[in-house]
Amino acid sequence: MSADLKIELGRRYQFSASHRLHSAHLTEEENYRVFGKCNNPYGHGHNYVVEVSLSGEVDPATGMIANLADLDSFVERQVLEEFDHKSLNEDVPAFRDKVPTTENLCIEIFERLKSFPKAKLERIRVQETGNNSFEYAGDNLEGNRS
Amino acid sequence: MVLLTRKIEFAASHLYHNPNFSAEENRRIFGKCNNPHGHGHNYTLEVTVEGEPDPVTGMVLDLKELKDILEREIMQRMDHRHLNYEVAELAGKIPTCENIARVVWHLLEPKITQGRLHRVRLYESPDLFADCYRNGAAAAGKS
Repeated sequence: MSADLKIELGRRYQFSASHRLHSAHLTEEENYRVFGKCNNPYGHGHNYVVEVSLSGEVDPATGMIANLADLDSFVERQVLEEFDHKSLNEDVPAFRDKVPTTENLCIEIFERLKSFPKAKLERIRVQETGNNSFEYAGDNLEGNRS
Repeated sequence: MVLLTRKIEFAASHLYHNPNFSAEENRRIFGKCNNPHGHGHNYTLEVTVEGEPDPVTGMVLDLKELKDILEREIMQRMDHRHLNYEVAELAGKIPTCENIARVVWHLLEPKITQGRLHRVRLYESPDLFADCYRNGAAAAGKS
């Protein structure tokens, strides 16, 4: 790979989950004021899209930064199995006392995927709807691109 | 600095096969992509150019010129082609998104003389893509 060029691999995954934005530190009225419709006690759901960006050397033998089968099974195991068709508030321990906003979801997914052994995790972008998306790159400054 | 992006689409076939691997290794590593008769994709290429708008024209570069460069360098070379057999720049390489994005970078970079090539993003499908950009461009806050 030319030393002056950087190659990244991007892969998108989808999962569907419900959530409710509610903070135990706020009163009922404050919760409703801050979170609006998203505070509906029975929750609501989204089809989330997760975009995973990886960087690394392109292996000349395979032409790949990482084998997609390895990446897919890692993401399946680390994230999708636990998140898809679940309630983020009830089924994901990290959100028992953290509001499952898409900001927090981005951070949680980044933390779960940063140990991928075959390449460097640059950033996670999560699309909550076609109109909202969020990115997190940890303390990786180069990952903070759009 | 302003970033300008133009998108094109092309259709091409390819297969993944490394002659140094056994038939079994090729199947294990490349899976369905190793089918000897190949398969195809509708590729989407996004080309981003960086620069300051010209004070007279208000443009970083003339989009028509970028369109012509993309037609000449990419469409004519890759559209409705077999990437393994018909694109000289990919000869001997596995035509993954990563490798195609890098080849596209090297084809376009010297041709873009107004502004500067900032990023090449090549989608093989909506769920899989590769980005190629100058090392350090991101750290310098250029996008």
